[in-house]
Amino acid sequence: MSLDSKTVAHIAMLARIKVPEAELAALAKELSGIMTWIEQLNEVDTTGVEPMTGVLHRNLPQREDKITDGGYPDKILMNAPDAAHGFFTVPKVVE
Amino acid sequence: MSSELNNLTIAGALEGLAKKDFSAVELAQAHLRAMEKHRDLNAYIVETPEKALSMAKASDERRAKREKLGALDGISLAIKDLFCTDGVQTTAGSHILEGFKPPYESTVTANLWKAGAVMLGKVNMDEFAMGSSNLTSYFGGVGNPWRRRGDNKRLVPGGSSGGSASAVSARMALGATATDTGGSIRQPAAFTGTVGIKPTYGRCSRWGIVAFASSLDQAGPMARSVKDCAIMLGAMAGHDPKDSTSVDLPVSDYTKALTGDVRGLRVGIPKEYRLDGMSPEIEKLWHEGAEWLKKAGAEIKEVSLPHTKYALPTYYIIAPAEASSNLARYDGVRFGLRVPGESLDDMYEKTRAEGFGKEVRRRIMIGTYVLSAGYYDAYYLKAQRLRSLIARDFDIAFKDVDVILTPSTPSAAFAEGENTDDPIQMYLNDVFTVTANLVGLPGISVPGGLDSQGLPLGLQLIGRAFDEEALFRVGGVLESSANFTAKPAGY
Repeated sequence: MSLDSKTVAHIAMLARIKVPEAELAALAKELSGIMTWIEQLNEVDTTGVEPMTGVLHRNLPQREDKITDGGYPDKILMNAPDAAHGFFTVPKVVE
Repeated sequence: MSSELNNLTIAGALEGLAKKDFSAVELAQAHLRAMEKHRDLNAYIVETPEKALSMAKASDERRAKREKLGALDGISLAIKDLFCTDGVQTTAGSHILEGFKPPYESTVTANLWKAGAVMLGKVNMDEFAMGSSNLTSYFGGVGNPWRRRGDNKRLVPGGSSGGSASAVSARMALGATATDTGGSIRQPAAFTGTVGIKPTYGRCSRWGIVAFASSLDQAGPMARSVKDCAIMLGAMAGHDPKDSTSVDLPVSDYTKALTGDVRGLRVGIPKEYRLDGMSPEIEKLWHEGAEWLKKAGAEIKEVSLPHTKYALPTYYIIAPAEASSNLARYDGVRFGLRVPGESLDDMYEKTRAEGFGKEVRRRIMIGTYVLSAGYYDAYYLKAQRLRSLIARDFDIAFKDVDVILTPSTPSAAFAEGENTDDPIQMYLNDVFTVTANLVGLPGISVPGGLDSQGLPLGLQLIGRAFDEEALFRVGGVLESSANFTAKPAGY
């Protein structure tokens, strides 16, 4: 699979990683190399094989739906790069 | 005397502490001195001498008062910087988490402190555990204490648990925590002449460990003997309601598995692991390992794992897919780095571009691509189907054998610049280890000997799910047969 710069720019947008225009072509080449190597999987006929989502052959446990933790906003906010009045802050999103 | 305390094994140190030959404080001090002396290796990102000494002092006091002691009481350990440690910076080797001080403790490290262990500091690693060389760390590469004979070139310790491996090998810790998503415990163990075990998926809680690929990640110990790993794993493992994939199974005393008796045990040699162009030295060691086990009374059988060659490309869909989702949380809002932007999206994009290193960005992009609309079935679903086939290979093989013996890595430790620029070449480091992660099986790497250049090589054993005992039992026999006593010069 050969990825072009336009596709890479789209992936970068989806991943929310800024990639300078000038680096798109080189990145496209690098990712294409990896995807081509990955495509050897197409040699294998997987018709009728169930996809495996995890290794544990058991149902995940469920717990009672109640609050068991919390009540310490200061601890939650202590690592925030920018917090104010007990909240996380973000750039203005509504004009 | 106390200057050599850092040369002991965990088992030896526990004995010395019990006999009051030395104190936990003296043991910690010996390690703190070694850490200071070997800072050039860059194994530690953060040293915590004050914490080490106060934890050691508390252990000495417990002993003096004849209180109940834990399985690792007074033992000085290094902690991979992927484990959240309360109030102590935890970065996962990434700029995006620089300065992050978790207000909580991971379950595995909490278990270790409950067992009386002493924290020396946080050790370096490939960024977000993505790498096989430790070169992707934002905090710089780590040196392997081993050098090629007659050559002073600095070698990598492997990765991602490179700091753990270097610290244990250079006697800067008696043991270390590590994690393994595709080989990140076993490959660095092989590169540094140490022992490392990735237990069965679900054995150790993942709670409080920075997530890379959640269906593959598993924590385990690295140490200088099989027995030391058995002691450590016993303390680390156990059910944790805070990790829904942690299993509620009893954890046995793994040291009791070290009986030395492998008579009648069936050891599988997977023929597909004999790669084209395999190094003759690796092949020779593999053969030797089988001979040692045969001599000890085990039965050697060839087994077939036909989908082996597809394990790495399968992994390079599944792991990046899970990583792209897990790493979405680093957005500059709640913790870590924030680079200001004109809009919310601009802030996200700038923060993630600057905060993540090249390999992490590459894997997030691959993961985003294989999960994106129109490609999900062709890549992600295809990889999940391959994963089923790889698991089926092991199910069939384990009908005939009890453990599988393979080399740990396709080569010995390499230097920066040797094949480190091509991502696919780098990914091939994990060719023998990655299958165990995809299937969730336990794997151990034990030093088997030195190559012609004087570098350590490792042998890997893969076992049935939750049969870590078999790995310790057989690993113990490999260890005593190999009689690996070599040490890196100068450490």
